[in-house]
Amino acid sequence: MPLADYKQYVAMDRLPSIWCPGCGNGTALKALALALAELEIPPDKTLLANGIGCSGRVGDYVRCHRFHGTHGRTLAFVTGIKLVRPEIKAVCFLGDGDCAAIGMSHFVHSARRNVDIATIVVNNFNYGMTGGQFSPLSPHNAITSTSSSGKPEPDIDICKLADVAGANYVSRTTIYHVTEMKNYIKEALGKKGFSFVEIISPCPTYYARYNKLGNIIQQLEWLKDKFIPIEKYNQMEDAEKENFFWRGRLTDRNLPDLLSAYTLGSRG
Amino acid sequence: MKKANVAINKDLCKKCTICVHFCPRKVFRIDQDGYPIISHPEKCTGCRLCFLHCPDFALEVEEELDD
Ligand SMILES: Cc1ncc(C[n+]2csc(CCOP(=O)(O)OP(=O)(O)O)c2C)c(N)n1
Ligand code: SF4
Repeated sequence: MPLADYKQYVAMDRLPSIWCPGCGNGTALKALALALAELEIPPDKTLLANGIGCSGRVGDYVRCHRFHGTHGRTLAFVTGIKLVRPEIKAVCFLGDGDCAAIGMSHFVHSARRNVDIATIVVNNFNYGMTGGQFSPLSPHNAITSTSSSGKPEPDIDICKLADVAGANYVSRTTIYHVTEMKNYIKEALGKKGFSFVEIISPCPTYYARYNKLGNIIQQLEWLKDKFIPIEKYNQMEDAEKENFFWRGRLTDRNLPDLLSAYTLGSRG
Repeated sequence: MKKANVAINKDLCKKCTICVHFCPRKVFRIDQDGYPIISHPEKCTGCRLCFLHCPDFALEVEEELDD
């Protein structure tokens, strides 16, 4: 089958990117470009918004409308953009620190309001850009530059949070699962309301090095082995679950999005 | 029988070697400088796994048209 024209969304002339060799941000960008191309969403009807961080450099490499928000606030800006330009397909591309630390309240309220935004979080388990500090999503006991003997705090399942907050679509995959990643992004783009895809990503420079996950091939194998389908995960005993993470679709529903709720009012 | 053409853009490649390891047909090998090179082009089936895994847009896989 011929490839859909993904390059229309990618600023090929600005490559190579600043990302380190093996970093998952580029792989996620490619999956997004393929998903947009397969859905035939025109670049002039697409907004790619990002925050600050390594993931936040993504806007430099796209050919569509782009918006570079301040750290953590991107979803708030894009909520405004969507209210005045509802026809735009809005994609927010965030880091785990961006989304779940400084941006956590915007995230929860965007999901609660069910704003029509497809949000992709590239979760590399740390703050890549600033030197590998832990984020709320870094696993409990993870070694990072701010937790040299293991992160003492618990982590939070951001997908479950998006689900209870009210998102219409929630799924999780990894950079290893390239086809699943593209398909989940397509599902998120096709969904009206708040849709959310968490992509677990290797950070070879900090997280993988601190946690002795080996070279990039071993890191991808680690993602392949550790992230198991949610159906299988749910059948495991609690003790066994400690050694794995789930991936898959958590939420898929069609509650009215923010703008429809306002237009319909109480009649809705 | 050759079914697809795979090409590497060395200007974009960062030598992560992901393509070399995840190609199911072992089409690539690593050269002296650490870059992937295509050592068995005839083995490529056009599955595009290397393309999908490449973080740097350095790979293209084109299917050959049947004539
Ligand atoms: C308001 C504000 N606070 C702090 C920073 C410093 N800062 C820059 S990037 C970053 C975290 C990046 O981590 P993450 O969002 O996980 O993205 P990654 O770099 O890992 O892709 C921080 C704290 C900032 N730029 N702005
Ligand atoms: S520091 Fe980590 S997240 Fe940032 S570009 Fe390098 S590998 Fe990617």
